[in-house]
Amino acid sequence: MMDHHLILRVVTKLLVAPILLFGLYVQFHGDFGPGGGFQAGVIFAVAFILYGLVFSLKRLCKTVPDWLVHRLIAVGLLLYAGTGVVSMFLGGAFLDYNVLSKDPVAGQHWGILIIELGVGITVFAVMLAIYYAFAGRPPALDDADW
Amino acid sequence: MELAITLILFVALVTTAIAIVVMRHLFSVVMLSGVFSLLAALLFIVMDAVDVAFTEAAVGAGISTVLMLGTIALTARSELPPAKFSLTPLAVVVLTGAVLIYGTLDMPNFGTPDAPVQMHVGPDYIAKTPTDIDVPNIVTAVLASYRGFDTLGEVTVVFTAGLGVILLISGLGKRQRRKRGR
Repeated sequence: MMDHHLILRVVTKLLVAPILLFGLYVQFHGDFGPGGGFQAGVIFAVAFILYGLVFSLKRLCKTVPDWLVHRLIAVGLLLYAGTGVVSMFLGGAFLDYNVLSKDPVAGQHWGILIIELGVGITVFAVMLAIYYAFAGRPPALDDADW
Repeated sequence: MELAITLILFVALVTTAIAIVVMRHLFSVVMLSGVFSLLAALLFIVMDAVDVAFTEAAVGAGISTVLMLGTIALTARSELPPAKFSLTPLAVVVLTGAVLIYGTLDMPNFGTPDAPVQMHVGPDYIAKTPTDIDVPNIVTAVLASYRGFDTLGEVTVVFTAGLGVILLISGLGKRQRRKRGR
């Protein structure tokens, strides 16, 4: 679709990797600074959407197929709820992270890390799935109409 | 200084909102709504709510702008002029705004330490986080641990929303039915 936008393509190639890295930073640094799963999932999805906008949806679908995205939506939520179930099996209450490790504080750290990852995966997959749903339909407008 | 920044941001916010209402060219409207979200994020930073500002900047200014552009690509690029001029929407907006402002008159000032909302469980969380959870960002501690069940609910809402969008507009079912040759 955008074969003629040379500058956009070069800048996108430069930007995608730093955006992904920043997404990971926000994801795993959420305990120490602002951020967490919600923001990280969105930022991570933005990198893929930027790629899809500039290099056509077809190439994005080759990188991240839509069946994978659809499954990841459920994986994140299951990871979150699963942590709660595991903590119940270990003798605590639902989502009581104290029992996840011998040291309650370390258990809290593990619990927060895992459920934030679950949040991040679900938010990332939902954002990408919504983008696929919108962009996958044939557009009513031409490139020049904008 | 903080007051000046807040005032400038609010003036810019209201100007953007008015421009969004007046404009008919939808591409500009979507871009301006991104600007609106970014200004709102800056206001949240002035109010020391960094996590909320972060979310607003990423979701409001980032992804929803892109999704709105995707919607424009599927529909039309300018809004039709209204068929007839009507004062009812303006009256509804002014009335709602007046009621909301009347409601804030009874509220404690912004940032008051002895406001009811700060006296409930907040001090407990602040006092216990260093020993119970030991993460520097108390927002994360409250969100993920103390209020973990609420956050599970939020993720379920995101999950359901994604499911709804896929079922309604991705046309996945139709494609599969066609593949099966019906």
